[in-house]
Amino acid sequence: MRSDKLIDLFWQRFRQNSLAVAGGIIVLALFVIAIFAPVISPYDPHEIDRKHILEPPGLSHPFGTDDLGRDILSRMIWGGRISLAVGFVAVGISTMIGIILGALAGYYGGWAERIIMRFIDIMLSIPTFFLILAVIAFIGSSIWNIMVVIGLTSWMGVARLVRAEFLSLKEREYVLAARAMGAGDLRIIFRHIMINSMAPVLVSAVLGIAGAVLVEGALSFLGIGVQPPTPSWGNILTLGKDNIEIAWWLSVFPGLAILITVLGYNLLGEGIRDSIDPRLWETERK
Amino acid sequence: MPVYLIKRIFEMIPTLFGITLITFFIIHLAPGKPSDIFSELNPKITPEAREKLEKYYGLDKPIMVQYGLWLKKVVRLDFGESFSSDRRPVMQKIWDRKKPLLERRLFVTFMINIISVVIILLIAIPIGISSAVRRNSLFDKITTTTVFVGFAMPSFWLALLLMMFFGVYLHWLPISQLKSMNFDSLSFSGKILDVARHLVLPLFVSAFGGIAGDSRFMRSSMLEVIRQDFVTVARAKGLPEHLVIYRHALRNALLPLVTLIGLSVPGLIGGSVIFENIFGIPGMGQLFYMAVMTRDYPLVMCILTIGSMLTLIGNLLADIGYMIADPRIRAR
Amino acid sequence: MKKVSCFFCILLLMVFSGAGCREKERTVLQTASGNGSDETAYGDAIIEGTIGEPTVLIPMLAGDSASHNVAGMIFNGLVKYDTDLSVIGDLAESWDISPDGLVITFHLRKGVKWADGVEFTSDDVMFGYKTIIDEKTPTAYKEDFLQVKKAETPDKHTFKVTYERPFAPALTSWGGLVVLPRHLLEGKDITKTEFARKPVGLGPYALTKWAQGQELALDSYKGYFEGRPYIDRYIYRVIPDPATMFLELQAGGIDMMGLTPIQYTKQTENDFFRNNFQKFRYPVFAYTHMAFNLKHPWFKDKRVRKAIAYAIDKNEIVDVVLFGLGSPATGPYVPNTWPYNPNVEKYGYNPEKAKQLLKEAGWLDTDGDGILEKDGRPFSFTILTNMGNNLRKNTATIIQWRLAKIGIRVEIKALEWSTFVNEFIDKRRFEAVLLGWSIGLDPDQYDIWHSSKTKEKEFNFISYSNPEVDELLDKGRRTFALEERKKAYFRIQEILADEVPYIFLYVPDATPIVHARFKGIKPSPIGISYNLPKWYVPKKLQRHSMEQ
Repeated sequence: MRSDKLIDLFWQRFRQNSLAVAGGIIVLALFVIAIFAPVISPYDPHEIDRKHILEPPGLSHPFGTDDLGRDILSRMIWGGRISLAVGFVAVGISTMIGIILGALAGYYGGWAERIIMRFIDIMLSIPTFFLILAVIAFIGSSIWNIMVVIGLTSWMGVARLVRAEFLSLKEREYVLAARAMGAGDLRIIFRHIMINSMAPVLVSAVLGIAGAVLVEGALSFLGIGVQPPTPSWGNILTLGKDNIEIAWWLSVFPGLAILITVLGYNLLGEGIRDSIDPRLWETERK
Repeated sequence: MPVYLIKRIFEMIPTLFGITLITFFIIHLAPGKPSDIFSELNPKITPEAREKLEKYYGLDKPIMVQYGLWLKKVVRLDFGESFSSDRRPVMQKIWDRKKPLLERRLFVTFMINIISVVIILLIAIPIGISSAVRRNSLFDKITTTTVFVGFAMPSFWLALLLMMFFGVYLHWLPISQLKSMNFDSLSFSGKILDVARHLVLPLFVSAFGGIAGDSRFMRSSMLEVIRQDFVTVARAKGLPEHLVIYRHALRNALLPLVTLIGLSVPGLIGGSVIFENIFGIPGMGQLFYMAVMTRDYPLVMCILTIGSMLTLIGNLLADIGYMIADPRIRAR
Repeated sequence: MKKVSCFFCILLLMVFSGAGCREKERTVLQTASGNGSDETAYGDAIIEGTIGEPTVLIPMLAGDSASHNVAGMIFNGLVKYDTDLSVIGDLAESWDISPDGLVITFHLRKGVKWADGVEFTSDDVMFGYKTIIDEKTPTAYKEDFLQVKKAETPDKHTFKVTYERPFAPALTSWGGLVVLPRHLLEGKDITKTEFARKPVGLGPYALTKWAQGQELALDSYKGYFEGRPYIDRYIYRVIPDPATMFLELQAGGIDMMGLTPIQYTKQTENDFFRNNFQKFRYPVFAYTHMAFNLKHPWFKDKRVRKAIAYAIDKNEIVDVVLFGLGSPATGPYVPNTWPYNPNVEKYGYNPEKAKQLLKEAGWLDTDGDGILEKDGRPFSFTILTNMGNNLRKNTATIIQWRLAKIGIRVEIKALEWSTFVNEFIDKRRFEAVLLGWSIGLDPDQYDIWHSSKTKEKEFNFISYSNPEVDELLDKGRRTFALEERKKAYFRIQEILADEVPYIFLYVPDATPIVHARFKGIKPSPIGISYNLPKWYVPKKLQRHSMEQ
């Protein structure tokens, strides 16, 4: 099948899946909000206002204000950028590592495969959140550190996936044909196998973004994530925890934002998976 | 089967070795010498005293030698002394033989995770089966949506909301710690009830995500099995539908779930940091957070290693379970 | 009572930290259901919530306030501060000071017994003194005791110390740090002994149980030399999160805690709290400041430091961060104490003047990006502070926002405490830090300002150096005449206000809350806990009965 036909088919299936479309719309909306944050946020997210401390949601501040009188809606809009950035960069890193290691293991086999698979086993056995927590706390919490550390600790799934794809694809006729025609390893890996194994990687990446958003939220909530005054949803939630009895809006809105975001990526990821290949429909999601 | 088992256990050794290697080097990449922690407590400590501490921890030796020394002790489950000023052996901090089980941190975390796995299975399996059997029914749609929401629910947010509602607003449940003030004066059944009441919210939070994930997984697994030939054959033989589902399909559908549980152990342990902190439960997760914040390196390394070992054991148990359930593997 | 002479407020895990006081006098506010005239009675338990868990219960080894709080219940000192801040006897019945001030002779109380029944004697004091000056003892409080030339025990109930030179803080240094049971500790390594976790003391309470990470239980010591405490049990419950702790307070799980400013002003202003709790408020002996690294080329210029001082609105910080529970600080002393000089430059908020000063110092926005430049480099610096302290985090945020308005870009970095101290403060790797000092009741601040105290690990980490201040500091600690000392410390404050090595930000108030059933609480400038053994719960209000 030619690829445009594939895409048509994909799109047809995707459109019929209302949950997937909902996920896509959520993700799209998050992008729009993040890109146009400076335009749509009603206040400067850093503007401190001593006259409006911890004000409940109202006309001037739809989501209320925090303990420094800053507008929560504006901070959440800007916080969306953080969660988007963390999600994409972390997943970018993990996907890259996963693809490289998975491809090496799947294509070459032998000792390379054994070492890589062992490494994956080891990484999967260490409770990842413990590891992330320890490393971030030790090297210091900046948004870059968080992205990198999440990325470095979440590539194992992709690597396994890519390896499995490679194992099954490398014996296919068109690959064998390419090899017979004298194509080099790199060319075969990138031109012939990689392209064809991208679909499940894409699905896993979209689902991975959801995971990264949750981890970033948890880290910020525990106080070692994105550092204030940079607004992030997890940060606002920490404030919400401290003031839960007098300022419910600090807990409710950012928590909801994380929920919706993660939901959006999950729905989108599952939707893409279902639309790409009916065979994948029932397989494991981890 | 014993051969496979032995092979499987031997395979764990290099993995375990790798875990200690990663743990050790990650901790030592951290800026600053571990001995620095002492100077917080004694700002006027002399350089000589600092040197002494460095010697004590072997910090003056090359890092590979340090790793060797450490590994030699770890094999005997000796993780050294804590850097905190109580200087207790680290193992004693997570597993104090002199204390009742409920005051041993490792036990507390372990117990909560085990109960939580049981709860997850008890709830997730029936939900998964029902929605698979009644695919595309209203029930299936509702559970699918709920499951998606459950999957996306940040556990710390859920904990906050539950605490507010059941603890503060309704006053039904205690909101922190593992037992009440007057625990010692309670009867045996009173003690059990007391701990149970304290565990309701943490268990709910800890199991919530798992229920969502596993019921979804169970559903797919079930759907896959139902489509397979032997189920069709069983149906064709005229077996009643519930027999088909529960005798033939379920057993096969449960198999992959066993593996999934084994794989979810690190996630559960990792999650314990969050809910133990929020609910003030004296378990390993809370201790880990405190250790990380105070840079108690021996304790951090100990918990990382123990947590990984638990994961390995979880995987092994899952494999054994799989083997018992699936004769095809036994033959291998 | 312990004299925690100027060490960094270890507020690492403590969000509780009060604020200063707007009132002209050091008054103590109390909002409470009245202290009725109910009969005193023995019994009941008090449960205090704490964020940090004690680490070690030997006072001289402890660096954190949680350890000191609990150890303070178990051990006593030779002297203590009275509620009017004068020094009175504790384990010492009385003392004589030689006319030249060099010799102090303590006459110890007779018949005081350690909780294990052994009599307390001067040997115990001697033992504690020898332990604290022992170079193997890792203690932060050695310095004061190194000033002692000779210590003697003429008899069982007399302890005599001789100083080389007059040393003004001498008497108060014999607070709660140095009395240890010789019969239990002699010949043991104090850093390794079980004693640190199972101490035997002679104070009002004795440790009976320590459930790691959860609580410490102390039972009243019936043989306490000032009389058996009324409350039978004192429980110190560890809840690492202030919000959870507050929920526990409402649920009845704890009886006493330090409130955060928001909890004090907002969350407890309702009938439930008015009926069931008593709140207190008093200034603490501490201040929060922003310190400049004076080795940094930009901050060497006094005009730049002054400009930043003018650009920060201290009142705004007090209003927003402390909800008004505190007062702006003007120097290293707390208002309404004798060393405090009220007549120094206060640096009211004046951004125009700030810009003017920066212009004089050569800082101009030449490229129109809103940030000042000099020699082509933008004015951008980092404020470091410790993690986990919400008040400091908010303070830094406000400063960042205010400085942005005059064209200075500020970054904030919150670091874990020991990294912060060891890697940044000690190695002088910082531009500016936001920190707090807990100050002792004695005004001696030699360690913080003297130019000889700039070595690694020493407290003059900003490298402040002023010969006149050096001289005044020495004068202040070498005389006993109050007027002389006052003059020296007043002058120091004038110089500091002019040179702005620190921007003194605020003095916080402590805001504890206690359940209403506890009677006999007498708030004073030194707080409320000093007479905890005298607190009681009338029989009919008692909540817990102790199985004896």
